[in-house]
Amino acid sequence: MGIRSPAPSLLRPKRPLSQDILMENRRLVERIDRRNVLRGALSLGALAFLTGCDVTENDRAQTVLRAVSSWNDRVQAWLFRPNHLAPTFTEVEVVKPPRFNAYYGIEQVKPVDPASWRLEVAGRIENKRPWTLQEIYALPEQELIIRHICVAGWDYIGQWSGVNLRLFLERIGADLSAKYIAFRCADDYFESIDMPSALHPQTILATKYAREPITDPFGFPLRLRTSTKLGFKNPKWIVSMEVTNDFPDTFYRKQGYNWFSGI
Amino acid sequence: MTVDDVASTKHRGRKLHPAPIRVMHWINALAMFVMIGSGWKIYDDDVIFGWLHIPEALTIGRWAQHGLQWHFFGMWMLVINGLAYVVYGLASGRFRRMLVPVHWSELLAEFKDALRLRLSHDDLTRYNAVQKLLYIGVICVGLLTVISGLAIWKPVQFSELFALFGSFQNARLVHFLCMTAIVLFVLVHVALALLVPRTLLAMITGGPGVARKPHDPVRYDARL
Repeated sequence: MGIRSPAPSLLRPKRPLSQDILMENRRLVERIDRRNVLRGALSLGALAFLTGCDVTENDRAQTVLRAVSSWNDRVQAWLFRPNHLAPTFTEVEVVKPPRFNAYYGIEQVKPVDPASWRLEVAGRIENKRPWTLQEIYALPEQELIIRHICVAGWDYIGQWSGVNLRLFLERIGADLSAKYIAFRCADDYFESIDMPSALHPQTILATKYAREPITDPFGFPLRLRTSTKLGFKNPKWIVSMEVTNDFPDTFYRKQGYNWFSGI
Repeated sequence: MTVDDVASTKHRGRKLHPAPIRVMHWINALAMFVMIGSGWKIYDDDVIFGWLHIPEALTIGRWAQHGLQWHFFGMWMLVINGLAYVVYGLASGRFRRMLVPVHWSELLAEFKDALRLRLSHDDLTRYNAVQKLLYIGVICVGLLTVISGLAIWKPVQFSELFALFGSFQNARLVHFLCMTAIVLFVLVHVALALLVPRTLLAMITGGPGVARKPHDPVRYDARL
């Protein structure tokens, strides 16, 4: 119970502190110590076990902040104007190539093989037959010259074309009254959007950028482009789509980003 | 209005800063702290000025997403508190009583006094012209912060509002400059409050009772 001999300092008393009181109450102090350590270990362990989270992340604050974020999802759904168009731009303003965004660096992109690629469609739809790239290319094309805004703060004007998502959903006989569209990607990214945003006139499954097939880093062969959501809500290298009423969790929501992320 | 009326106001015990104002002031202080600290975290994720990175220790939130979570939490604190403040300020007549009118001659004289550190604070119940201008100014900057913030948050849904700024980066820049102005205001505001501790105390206890002085023609006239 002795104090280690500390380095000399102006801020420390010259003589060591009296240990008398500690010695007198030694047993009491030890008993309190043991009980607290046990209790602390139990609750810390229980918390870490139950949540699977790093306790240092301050779980109580996260519970409150994520509840506010979910509330903000509802507010944004309410603010959403289904037929209000985002501003569009001219070809002169288009940035080439587009700006890269992913949860890893551009050098780690794994190109998708177009020959073996299929778009799986699932959930509340009538026709679950997978789509080949040729079949996707044969669909009517819509072009959008719109602003891409990243959650980090940068933005640029991009020129995207591909099939209108509403049109595609109608082609596969989707239940348009369902709540969500979930996407899975070749890089294991997963994302989901609400049905009203999916049905917005400026939401497309893009296959081209500046009238050329999208290149590998930007989502070849198929990616989502919607004018009403932040960049990360536009999954690239899509391999499957599901129409569902069960909330499909997303890569970035799990990390604490807002789910709706409408702009 | 007579001198007796004035005395009766005092008897009713109305204080310089009524309880609702004090509560809203400190909630606002907390909301500002959250908004600015988390805003700096968000700023650092993609800086506007290459030479300016906010030190990690001054930011709120572990990563950018936590900065965003705190920012939108603080947003609701501001929305609720700000609406209550505006409704109270208008309904109680506090804005009219405390902030207007600002006389330019008074302003110039008092600004010179302020630079010579000779501002009088004998009467806390009366704001001088420099104070009035600063408070009116920061309320206007606060409004512009909210407008630019909404434009950044919803450039498509609020495209009419967004059009005021022309581009996304302009809106971010305006939002950033407003923050800078508010931080400068807070520095001056806190420094002055610490120099005249009675003002700080008044925001906790309510300060002196407000009695209308017969020799104060401006305030006296306003009640006629």
